[in-house]
Amino acid sequence: MTRFLLKRLGLAVITLFLLSVIVFAVSTVLPGNVGRAVLGPFATQESVDALNEQLGANRSIFVQYTDWAGGLLHGDLGTSLTKQVPAWDLLRPALSNSFKLAFVAFIICVPLSILGGVIAGLRYGRPTDKGITIAGISFAAMPEFVTGIILILVFAIWLGWLPVTAQWEEGANVLTQFKYLLLPALTLTLVLFGYIARITRASMIEALDSDYARTAYLKGLPSSVVVRKHVLRNALLPTIAVIAVQVGYLVGGLVVVEVLFNYQGIGLLIYEAARQKDLPLLTAGVLVVGIVYLVVTLIADILYAVLNPRIRFGTAE
Amino acid sequence: MSAVASPTPSPAPVRSEARAARSERLRLLLRSPTVLIGATVIGFWLFCAIFPGLVAPYNPIFDNQFSTSEPPNWSHPFGTDTNGRDIFSRVLAGSRNILLIAPAATLLGTLLGTILGLLTGYLRGVVDDVASRLIDAVLSLPLIVTAILIVTAVGNSSRWVVVLIIGLIFTPIVSRTVRAAVLAEAELDYVQAARLRGERAPYTMYSEILPNVMSPVVVEFTVRLGYAIFAVASLTFIGFGVAPPSPDWAAQINQYWTLIDPYWWMTLFPALAIAILVVAVNLVADSVREVYER
Repeated sequence: MTRFLLKRLGLAVITLFLLSVIVFAVSTVLPGNVGRAVLGPFATQESVDALNEQLGANRSIFVQYTDWAGGLLHGDLGTSLTKQVPAWDLLRPALSNSFKLAFVAFIICVPLSILGGVIAGLRYGRPTDKGITIAGISFAAMPEFVTGIILILVFAIWLGWLPVTAQWEEGANVLTQFKYLLLPALTLTLVLFGYIARITRASMIEALDSDYARTAYLKGLPSSVVVRKHVLRNALLPTIAVIAVQVGYLVGGLVVVEVLFNYQGIGLLIYEAARQKDLPLLTAGVLVVGIVYLVVTLIADILYAVLNPRIRFGTAE
Repeated sequence: MSAVASPTPSPAPVRSEARAARSERLRLLLRSPTVLIGATVIGFWLFCAIFPGLVAPYNPIFDNQFSTSEPPNWSHPFGTDTNGRDIFSRVLAGSRNILLIAPAATLLGTLLGTILGLLTGYLRGVVDDVASRLIDAVLSLPLIVTAILIVTAVGNSSRWVVVLIIGLIFTPIVSRTVRAAVLAEAELDYVQAARLRGERAPYTMYSEILPNVMSPVVVEFTVRLGYAIFAVASLTFIGFGVAPPSPDWAAQINQYWTLIDPYWWMTLFPALAIAILVVAVNLVADSVREVYER
């Protein structure tokens, strides 16, 4: 177990380092001339040079990277060009808003999709199963803005049950906030539903077909007990791994959903930084998204290992 | 279609066995109602993309100041937009960009991903280790975030830039799948035999292993195609994709969704068009996966 943890942690650190190199390369090397990229083709050469001087973009690439990465290690993510404040001061509140939305999406999505997958698995091959599977595939394939717009149209505009945007007024209580978050969370849920339900369904079918399930049935246990005590426990393990992978997707989905619902999260911040060509803020935001993903998958891997006795007792890598 | 009509005779029995498996798969696919429905829908949009003039009742880019912002009615079944353009015609003509960019990007990604997967799976060792770590790092960023970063850095989002970006992001994803398949194949006798014969690595990869890992490649291609449509539409919606003068579903939504109340028809119909296309593509992809993985 300790060896597994150390190995996993080491890999995460290497991946993080490579991620920082890639993000740096794309944002600094790819534009060719950072000052020109930010100010556009009509800016004077003097102002471009001045901006490059201010950003330190006239130094060698290697010096720039070590300087930037050194700052990262001290918690310095750079300074926003348009707002002239440390990037982290903008990213922190945005990140916590995004977590709030992701949390609401998760508490709706995970039980719902597991339930869907379990029902489909129990009704394998019948119309209920086909219906859940096709609905899952269809919603998973639809871009978030398409589902989001249809949800807005139905629930916010035609029925008038929920607000159109996700930005509540200052000082709103938790319940009001939840109401505002419901539509964006539902949009994310619909996309995620298919993936999670699909894996749950597949592992349900496998577990139901296993020898231990048959034994349990044959020794006369009622099927509710077999499903609850024997099948579900084994079927849910792969689901955890899939849920973790979906977190990565969730962050990507957040960009579009936050833009659509005008919600001040990290996705909207990245979008606005890109629109305003605020490269330092954009770079910091993208890096933070990558770090969040790496941390979440690390936690999920550890959780999976803790829950899976084969890894816990070190018989498998 | 001409590929089916002219089969070349092959002497090797192994080949004909492979062909039998292929026609069996094709038969299974053509028998499935989901594939037929999906293929019909895709065919319809392809037809619209190639001959927009034949299906659209009005000129999709013609402004008509006498009929601005009309809700759906008999002469304009989907209504008109703020410039008085017929939305029905614009929806019919709006599939072009997506049907050009998404398949091109998927093709590029599958091609590069297959090459990378063959290399890392066959050569293993340092090449594989380095590539795997890099792939992990790239994949820790969501596609849309990577795309926004690259588009901003390059300062350009023309058609081919979008194709290149999505293709390059797909490369590591495809290569992972292909690599896994190659690892399994590389242990088999025919690969060992080729090695002992002294065949060069490129020959072994291309002529021996590649034909045997085509199933996952085909599956990846169809599944990725769905994601590519997803990605192209999402990028265009947030204004980082192609901004065409010609009608485009996602661009129409980008332009009109803030007016959704009360002008819902300007947004809803292009949104439904995207929904119908992606569902069709994914129904086909799902059946392809089922048939190839059985």
